[in-house]
Amino acid sequence: MFSDTIFALATPHAKSGVAILRISGKLALPTLIKLTAKTNWQPNLAALSVLRHPSSGETIDCALCLYFAAPRSFTGEDVVELHLHGSLAVIREMQAVLSEIPGLRHAEPGEFTRRAFMNGKMDLLEAEGLADLIEAETLQQKRQSQAQMHGEMSRYYESLRTQMVRALAHLEAYIDFPEEEIPESVIISLKDDIHQMVNSITSALDDGRKGERLREGLTIAIIGAPNAGKSSILNRLAGRDAAIVSPLAGTTRDIIEIHKEIAGFPVTFLDTAGLRDAADSIEEEGVRRARQRAASADLKLIVFDAGQPIDSESRGQIDANSLIVINKIDLNSPRESGGPVVANAINISALTGEGMDALMASITQFIQQKYHTSESILITRARHRELLEAAKAHLRRIQLDAPLELTCEELRRAAVCLGKITGKISVDDVLDVVFSSFCIGK
Amino acid sequence: MHTFDVIIIGGGHAGTEAASAAARLGARTALITQKAATIGEMSCNPAIGGIGKGTLVREIDALDGVMGRAIDRAGIHYKMLNSSKGPAVRGPRAQADRKLYRQAVQEILREYEHLTIIEDSVEDLLLTPSPFQGEGRGEGDVRGVACASGREIRAPKIVLTTGTFLNGLIHLGEKKIRAGRVGEAPSIGLSNTLKRLGFNTGRLKTGTPARLEGKTINWRILEEQKGDEQPTPFSYLTERVTVPQISCFITHTNPATHEIIRENLHRSPMYSGQIESSGPRYCPSIEDKVVRFAHRERHQIFLEPEGLDDDTVYPNGISTSLPEEVQHALIKTIPGLEKATILRPGYAIEYDYVDPRELKPTLETKKVSGLYFAGQINGTTGYEEAGGQGAIAGLNAALAAGGSKPFILDRSDAYIGVMIDDLITHGTTEPYRMFTSRSEYRLSLRADNADLRLTSRAIDIGCVSSHRAAIYRNKEVIHNVSRETFLNLSMTPNEAMAYGIKLNQDGIRRNALELLSNPNVTYDHLVRRWPQLGEIRPDIKEQIEIEAMYSGYLDRQMEDIESFKKEEKMLIPENFDFDPLPSISNEIKAKLKAARPATIGSASRIQGMTPAALVALMAHIRKSEQLKKSA
Repeated sequence: MFSDTIFALATPHAKSGVAILRISGKLALPTLIKLTAKTNWQPNLAALSVLRHPSSGETIDCALCLYFAAPRSFTGEDVVELHLHGSLAVIREMQAVLSEIPGLRHAEPGEFTRRAFMNGKMDLLEAEGLADLIEAETLQQKRQSQAQMHGEMSRYYESLRTQMVRALAHLEAYIDFPEEEIPESVIISLKDDIHQMVNSITSALDDGRKGERLREGLTIAIIGAPNAGKSSILNRLAGRDAAIVSPLAGTTRDIIEIHKEIAGFPVTFLDTAGLRDAADSIEEEGVRRARQRAASADLKLIVFDAGQPIDSESRGQIDANSLIVINKIDLNSPRESGGPVVANAINISALTGEGMDALMASITQFIQQKYHTSESILITRARHRELLEAAKAHLRRIQLDAPLELTCEELRRAAVCLGKITGKISVDDVLDVVFSSFCIGK
Repeated sequence: MHTFDVIIIGGGHAGTEAASAAARLGARTALITQKAATIGEMSCNPAIGGIGKGTLVREIDALDGVMGRAIDRAGIHYKMLNSSKGPAVRGPRAQADRKLYRQAVQEILREYEHLTIIEDSVEDLLLTPSPFQGEGRGEGDVRGVACASGREIRAPKIVLTTGTFLNGLIHLGEKKIRAGRVGEAPSIGLSNTLKRLGFNTGRLKTGTPARLEGKTINWRILEEQKGDEQPTPFSYLTERVTVPQISCFITHTNPATHEIIRENLHRSPMYSGQIESSGPRYCPSIEDKVVRFAHRERHQIFLEPEGLDDDTVYPNGISTSLPEEVQHALIKTIPGLEKATILRPGYAIEYDYVDPRELKPTLETKKVSGLYFAGQINGTTGYEEAGGQGAIAGLNAALAAGGSKPFILDRSDAYIGVMIDDLITHGTTEPYRMFTSRSEYRLSLRADNADLRLTSRAIDIGCVSSHRAAIYRNKEVIHNVSRETFLNLSMTPNEAMAYGIKLNQDGIRRNALELLSNPNVTYDHLVRRWPQLGEIRPDIKEQIEIEAMYSGYLDRQMEDIESFKKEEKMLIPENFDFDPLPSISNEIKAKLKAARPATIGSASRIQGMTPAALVALMAHIRKSEQLKKSA
């Protein structure tokens, strides 16, 4: 039997009516008992039960719970299914609670199937079909993680990995080559290295920006010169008069928000004060806030008046996370010229509604391209978090007065956790560092 | 002509272990070597063991091999490396008297009644060709060898241990000499045979330093390095080492040495382009050290006497292939060696090796049935690495000849298993050497417990002498009983206080093993409370202390090992066709076809393997098995 108990979401990670979390392994039933405080679970009988946080006792959800006793289950082990309400918040909380229980961890991709297969529970065709499915999932995941692995995240994991491999390599050199003249400083710097790694992981875990985005949704700021028609666009999007519209420049002074759901994401549209040198201090504050919110928005709709020259302040806001909107085409024919700004623009009339469908389509496309997540990436992310937590736990267990080989063991296990995120850390990585850092060999 | 069950080609460290292993199993074994007098020769440094390597020697010994017993009759300077660190990373090592070592090996081999030693040079392998020749499904079965003398010797199983002899080429400055060792002819014929059979061969390089005349060294000014006061024997059969012990000495290179090397770099075959093959990074030549670590002002040299009545000294640390006159000049700059005479210059040697991914875990080749490879031919370096492979190849050749099941050590069993798995899964691009860091289970796989890990299994297959089996069984029983005692004795924190043991006053009763795992509790503390524990045999006491010291860690490793074993048990049939697998990418298929892993576990260690591909693979194996059953 496998020694640890695994869990994973069996339904897509998205808002839905019901979300099923599956737990498989020796601890499946004890976990169910822990969550429900009910002990009389009958195999194959569904029962409605309140799930509570095992330590705080707070209610997580009221769920339909099913217990399948080994070997009569999907994996051939004890399996528990929690049919939760399909809210992202509930799913997230439940996963967090489960990963805190000792002996439980997120399943690796394909792990349920693998267990089912190894325990002889799987029809052959079914196994093959599942393999296809996992392959597809893995490919997607790979694509996703490749996309995700650019930039800051990738640099972070890479530097953490380098640090671990270096620390491990230095210790290993000390162990495997005791007769070489390896400087003692290697051991002395270890304490700092470990401290630094722990801190780095801690702050990475604290940095919930990505998670928050999903919880709170995306922000789209509507910006542009005064009187370009930003508030009219907001009202069109809202389908009601959310903002006061007037022909006077500078009507909108504070930020007005409306909420919509686009492509499954909660989206907040912000109507902002027109970007100009303000006429009074209140408007000035409005413009300052507009710039600030524009800077932190996930997407900017930069609005130009078809009848006005392109203003440089708005033009300066154009970047990869912006869509260019030319408004008031009912009054002026769409511009024929105006360079790249106009070439990529979406022409609309907030007044008549013309072009609004095209604008919505562009917004949807932008969100889907940039933020669309499938089940796999969320699991991966939850796994990432869990693996980082585990790596941190290993690093924290290191005691510098314990034998060196035990320090190596913890470091190695921490590196294995990280290796599951970045790809394996192999012995050769370690040896490469050893041989390039020290002159070894009698 | 004689007919044998197993033929071993080569009388080096792989060859002697292979021959003795096959003979121990009762197989009629022939060891063919060019020169019987050089059996057991230490071609390079005169030492056995080291970190990781010492564990290999203990494992060979646990299988009742030769190496441990031989070094205990020849060791003249014992040292337990890392003795200040934990038991998992300690490494026994001994400098050897080369002559005594050779004698010991030859003596031990003479004791095997099933072993015949034949002096000849094998030029070709005799094969029963396969009907599928050239199709990648096996080139046939071996049935014997053809020798330079013209005779043919028959056997259904052959172990090839050619060392550096396969197409060997010595480089000494600008000079190139075809040889397997200085003064000994290389094997050219066999090298051609392997190429003809389609084995994927490559070239590796290794080197050796000049040998010095002891009486010309100014020992007085050198730093002395004494061996351990009490030598720890390698073999579980050796009670005490009785060979006289001597010291080694340490000196260093200096900027003047480095200057000479830099000036003559263009004459080193390594740098002139004369040698293109890779050498080991952990055993660099002195020219490599000077170039790659230019900031270092000195490099260490260990002066190791090669024997009690042999005045040859091995200067460990200055392996080189520079021309002879440059070697003279550079050695003269070294303190203590100003007047030293060079008995024999150092050199580099290039030789053929076969990509070890061509091997099964038994070390039988996938291409030719009945043919086994062991030692440097598989891309390894070191006597111990060679010996470990020799034992496995010899055992399996003999088992197969007798129609028995193979004997496989995996990564969780032994360093030998780690080494073979590394080789057959990943291949190697530099001479492969054992390090403890290669073993993920090193807390469990230690030099001190090799017998407890392996001897029982060796007894089961019948390769252990009755003498060793009796000693081992006795130890096993005492170990179990003592451990039981430790688990049955217990006390509360309150009681412990009375014996000077400070514990958490949590009222929890702890057994003696749990108590011992507390860093504040010593063995003596326990003896105060339970005097009978003081009577436990020292080697058993050590085992229990280690178990206590690593408690928790060993349990975690045990869990890892269990799940590892589960995947290792899922075999991939030998002729499994990877092509029809529908849901596996061509890239992964190509990798699987190249590596032909023997188990699902081994497949999972191939780089780039995905969980999905593994599931698909398992599904297909099961399907083809069911088809076979129903057919």
